[in-house]
Amino acid sequence: MSAEPGSTFQSLPVPDADTAPFWEACAEGQLVFQRCAGCGTLRFPPAPVCHRCRSWEYAWEPQDGRGQVYSWVVVEHPIPPSIADEVPYVSALVELDCGVRMPARLVDVGADDMTAGMAVSVRFLHTAPGVALPVFAPDGHQAAPQAPPTGDR
Amino acid sequence: MSDEFSGRSAITGIGQTEYTRDSGKSVAHLAAESCANAVADAGVDPVEVDGIVTFGVNDTVFPRAVATQLGMTELGFQQYIHGGGESSVMSIGLAGMAVATGMARHVLVFRALNGRSGHRLGGSDAEQALSEGHDDEQFTLPAGLISPAQRMALAAKRHMIRYGTTTRDYAAVAVTFREHAQLNDRALMRKPMTIEDHQASRMIVDPFRLFDICQENDGACAVLVSRADEASSLRHAPVFVLAAGQASRPRPGYAWEFYTSEDDIADDYSGVLAPQLWKQARLGPDDVDVVSLYDCFTAAVISQLEGFGFAPRGEGGAFVSDGGIRRDGAKPVNTQGGMLSEAYIHGINGVLELVRQLRGDAGERQVPGASVGLASGFANTTGCGLVVGR
Repeated sequence: MSAEPGSTFQSLPVPDADTAPFWEACAEGQLVFQRCAGCGTLRFPPAPVCHRCRSWEYAWEPQDGRGQVYSWVVVEHPIPPSIADEVPYVSALVELDCGVRMPARLVDVGADDMTAGMAVSVRFLHTAPGVALPVFAPDGHQAAPQAPPTGDR
Repeated sequence: MSDEFSGRSAITGIGQTEYTRDSGKSVAHLAAESCANAVADAGVDPVEVDGIVTFGVNDTVFPRAVATQLGMTELGFQQYIHGGGESSVMSIGLAGMAVATGMARHVLVFRALNGRSGHRLGGSDAEQALSEGHDDEQFTLPAGLISPAQRMALAAKRHMIRYGTTTRDYAAVAVTFREHAQLNDRALMRKPMTIEDHQASRMIVDPFRLFDICQENDGACAVLVSRADEASSLRHAPVFVLAAGQASRPRPGYAWEFYTSEDDIADDYSGVLAPQLWKQARLGPDDVDVVSLYDCFTAAVISQLEGFGFAPRGEGGAFVSDGGIRRDGAKPVNTQGGMLSEAYIHGINGVLELVRQLRGDAGERQVPGASVGLASGFANTTGCGLVVGR
C-alpha cells in the first residue's frame, strides 16, 4: 500500500534508540513488540525497561497483528486544514490478541460500519522510502464479545 | 499525612484579566495584570510575596519575569510546571505546600496565555507538527490522532460503549453550562443553547461535536495563596485549602497517549484521586456544595462526576440529563459557565468561581450557603484536584 501526498500518512515517525527496531520491522512488513526477558510481559510502546519487573533485558518478537477494535473515532474536521481530502477517516485503539493496545488508522472500512470489538488485523502502509506505518483492516468476521472489564474503581 | 497540609494555607486573593479572543497584549502583560489584581485583592504588598508558580505547555511566561515586573524583591519559591489539565489546580496545591511548610509566606499562582490569538492548543496550527512525530507522537500522529479532541474522544467513546452514555448527555452538559454563563458578564459564550442546537452543531471528531469542545481564548487568572495564620488579617475571609492531590490510572502514559493504560479507559483519574482528597479534607462527596470540573470536553464532566462520587459509575450522563449539575441542582457544577462557556484558562478560572462562591460574592450565581468546593484538572488517565472550604 502507498500513501497519497499530503495525507496524514505523511506523518513520519522519528525513531529513537528505543523505537528504531519497531520501525525497521514495520518497513519490512512485520509487527514486533518487546518480550521482557525477566517476566515474559509483552509491551508497547517500546521502552527500555519492563514496567512489570524492571528488567532491562528483552527480545523483539514478531506478532501476528490480529486484534479487536477497543475504541474508535471518526475524524471529520481536518486538522490541519491541508488534509481536507483525507476526512472522514477512522482512528482506533486496537487491542491485539496478545494483550497490547495500540493506536492506528483503520482502512477498508466505512465509518458507518464500525462496531466495538470488530476483528481487525495489521497491514503496512508504505509512506516513504524505507518507512511503513502499521494500519488495521477488518478481518471480515465479528470477534467474540469482549468480557466485561473488572477491577472497577 | 493529612495533618501536615490540610487547612494550613488559604486563597486570600484572586485576579484576572478580561477574557477575549484577541487580547492585543503580550502574555507577560496578561500574567502581570492578573497577578497584580490578585495581590491587590488580598491587600498584600508585592514585596511580601515570596513565591510564584505557573503551569503551561510552552505558551506562558516564566514566573520570575512576572515577579520582576511586579517588584517582588524577596522572591524565593518559583516553579514552572509543564502541563495542562494534569497539573492545573495542583499548581495551587504546590503553592499551598510551600506556605504550609514555611518555605514561603505568600505564593502567587497564575495561568496566562494568548490561547486564541497565539499558539492554539487545539491543533489548528498543526502543520509543522504533522510532518514529524517525535517521542510519543511517533505513534499518535501517524495514527491520525493529532489534536487533543481527537485523542480524548477515543476515551469518551469507550464510556459510551461500556455504559451507554449518549451525545444527548453531552448536550445536557453544554446546555447547562451555557445557561450558567447567562449570569456571568465575563463569559465569552453566552448565546442561549438548546439540546437541539448542540445536536445540530458540526461534528468535529465523532462522537465530539463543536459544542462538546471548550473554546480557546486569551486571558489570565491568578490566585494568591497565603499561610493560614496570616490569612485572617487580609481583606477577605480566607478560603482554606483543605486538600490537594494528583492521581493516575495504572500506566497513564503521556497526557493523551493513554493506550499505555492497562485499565478500561472509560474511567478517568478521578476515581483514584477522590479517596485521597476526601481523606485529607476529612469530608466526603456529599459535603461538597459547589464544584468546578475541568471541562475541556463535555464527556470529561461525565466521567469526573462518576469518579468523584457525585453520580454512580456509568450514570454520570443520566445525572446531568436529569438536571443534577444545574446551579439549583443536587451538585452545582461550573456555575460561571466553565471552560465550555466562560473561558479556557486551564481550570484556574474555575477556581476563581469557587472562591467567589465561598466568599458569598457570586451575586446572582450564588449557591446559598456554599462553604466547601472542589476544583479539578483533567487529562483523562491522569489529573488533579483541590478541595477548598470556609
